Amino acid sequence: MVVTSQGNHATPVKPRSGEPGAVATTVTSPGRGPTRKARRATATRSAAARRRDLPVALLLILPAVVGFAVFYAYPTLRGIYLSFTDFHVLSPPNWVGLANFRELFGDDVFWHSLLVTVYFVLLSVVFGTAISLVTAVVLHRVTRSSVLRGVILLPFLISNVIAALVWQWMLDPTLGIVNIALKHLTGHSVLFFGSGGWAIPSLAAISVWKWMGYYALLIFAGLQTIPATIYEAGRVDGASEAQMFRRLTVPLLRPILVMVVVLTVINSFQVFDIVQVTTEGGPANASNVLQMYIYRKAFRQFDFGYAATMSLALFALLIAVTFTQLRLARAGESDLN
Amino acid sequence: MAVTVAPGPAAVPRRPTRNTARRFSPGRAVAWTYLGAIVLVTLFPFYWILRTALSNNYQLATNPSSPLPVGFTWGAFERVLGIASTAEAQAQGGSGATLDIAIYLRNSLIYASVQTALIVLLSAAAAYAFSRLHWRGRDLVFNILISALMVPSVFTLLPNFVLAKDLGLINTFAGLILPGGLFQAFALFFLRQFMLGLSTEVEEAAIIDGAGPLRIFFRIILPMTSAPIATVSLLMFVNAWNDYFWPLLIADDQSVQPLTLALGVFKQSSPQAAPDWAGLMAAALIAALPMLLLFLAFGKRIVNSIGFSGLK
Repeated sequence: MVVTSQGNHATPVKPRSGEPGAVATTVTSPGRGPTRKARRATATRSAAARRRDLPVALLLILPAVVGFAVFYAYPTLRGIYLSFTDFHVLSPPNWVGLANFRELFGDDVFWHSLLVTVYFVLLSVVFGTAISLVTAVVLHRVTRSSVLRGVILLPFLISNVIAALVWQWMLDPTLGIVNIALKHLTGHSVLFFGSGGWAIPSLAAISVWKWMGYYALLIFAGLQTIPATIYEAGRVDGASEAQMFRRLTVPLLRPILVMVVVLTVINSFQVFDIVQVTTEGGPANASNVLQMYIYRKAFRQFDFGYAATMSLALFALLIAVTFTQLRLARAGESDLN
Repeated sequence: MAVTVAPGPAAVPRRPTRNTARRFSPGRAVAWTYLGAIVLVTLFPFYWILRTALSNNYQLATNPSSPLPVGFTWGAFERVLGIASTAEAQAQGGSGATLDIAIYLRNSLIYASVQTALIVLLSAAAAYAFSRLHWRGRDLVFNILISALMVPSVFTLLPNFVLAKDLGLINTFAGLILPGGLFQAFALFFLRQFMLGLSTEVEEAAIIDGAGPLRIFFRIILPMTSAPIATVSLLMFVNAWNDYFWPLLIADDQSVQPLTLALGVFKQSSPQAAPDWAGLMAAALIAALPMLLLFLAFGKRIVNSIGFSGLK
């Protein structure tokens, strides 16, 4: 079928305008002249189509609307409701007003968790973005190899659980290859997951390792949209590589960089898997990130109401941070436009 | 492809060479050294998984830094797969715990592929209704649905768990699959964006021929959208395959747990003081294998689709 073969474009870069001739001949049943009908159809198309489209449209969006209503909208409202209740799953929720929020303000563990999470987010964002940016720029400058781009994407494809396991093994205090190397070089080893000071940086390192390739590829795609002529002009004006990076590349990439930072922030605030596999929040709450604390409150102590309150706080925080970031970075604008 | 990359000004060649791409410059050397380091850090853990998985767990402690497997053995894989007897497993430093890998693999396959198929088909259908069909309130409804992008999963996880419990979906594939399988704002947004860009001429021709909206969707729009559909499918599959938190909440029975949870189970059964690292790495390798194979088969497409999904 011509129609089917038409769909197989190799690259998804831009929707290709369909070749109307080819398709029209396939869909047109033989022996029917489209000309007169066509004129009439175009004239009445919008009105007639509208009437005919509505039931079909409703049918097609029904599952998505149900999914949205049942698993996004309703849980969101219910989560807000539960945060005002005392709810332990087995008995129905009791309305307690602002009690959970008052508890939240006095909960040292919560504030500590928030601090630990922000620390993790900062490390992930700063190092993740910097390394991804440099990697993308270097890749873009010296090679077009898609094999190399594939290699750096590998960690993105494995689960957080596997990433956490292998790094826990490599960072093991006695048998881990990283510590053996460290001991060789510096004379002492580091308790990466067993010491309060190292737990969060170690987790952030795993996270950066896992996501670097993905973000580098996003930035790489952004680099490809910058016209080479801009660099040529810069070179003619005598700009150095460093100047061009600072004055051209970074400003032109701003929309993508903002997206990467926002994604990193949103993902990092919700870190859970790698913590659960490696430290479970320890030692002594040193890596007790918010998500971990929420999980423990809900599924170890069955305090769902309070866990919902903390989720709501995290939600509000995420919205505030995201909006501020988009504002500050003037995300919609690119200097290219 | 034309190489538009030029070396830094410092590297203006004394003698012009023909092959500009191979021209040496200090900047280029630094760049390649950096890339080499990145590739090393990226790949080394994968090698270390393999090296450890092929080692004897007891002997790992005697020679932990050997770059090659220590006391080469398939024992770890046999332990994990349950081929070795408990006594044999314990003799090799395992806990005797096995991983019924066939069941976990089946569960992961069911979870990831059913959810992917469902979400891609439903998202494509909805995207079609939101891009090619004309009806009152279309954009309003779309904007409401897309607002789900703002709600982080952390917030819906707990209420969704309560809901799944109320609906009796704990420890069922339905409970595992449905919350993420009916609606994903990203997939809908992504496919709609592509369909909006398709030309209307083909559709008009089909309308003239008397084709209804459903026929147009299946015969024209869906085939034309095959490339972005492949992209979304890959991303959704990777996500579902690697998902951990939702299965952790919803599945505590082995009969529905995916591989990601199995690794945690296996780790917990292994002694805290002296974990069965060889066994764990063998299990990790088995769990990662399908993704790595998928990558070998579709690597280029995955790589290209990442950039595409970001640019939208």
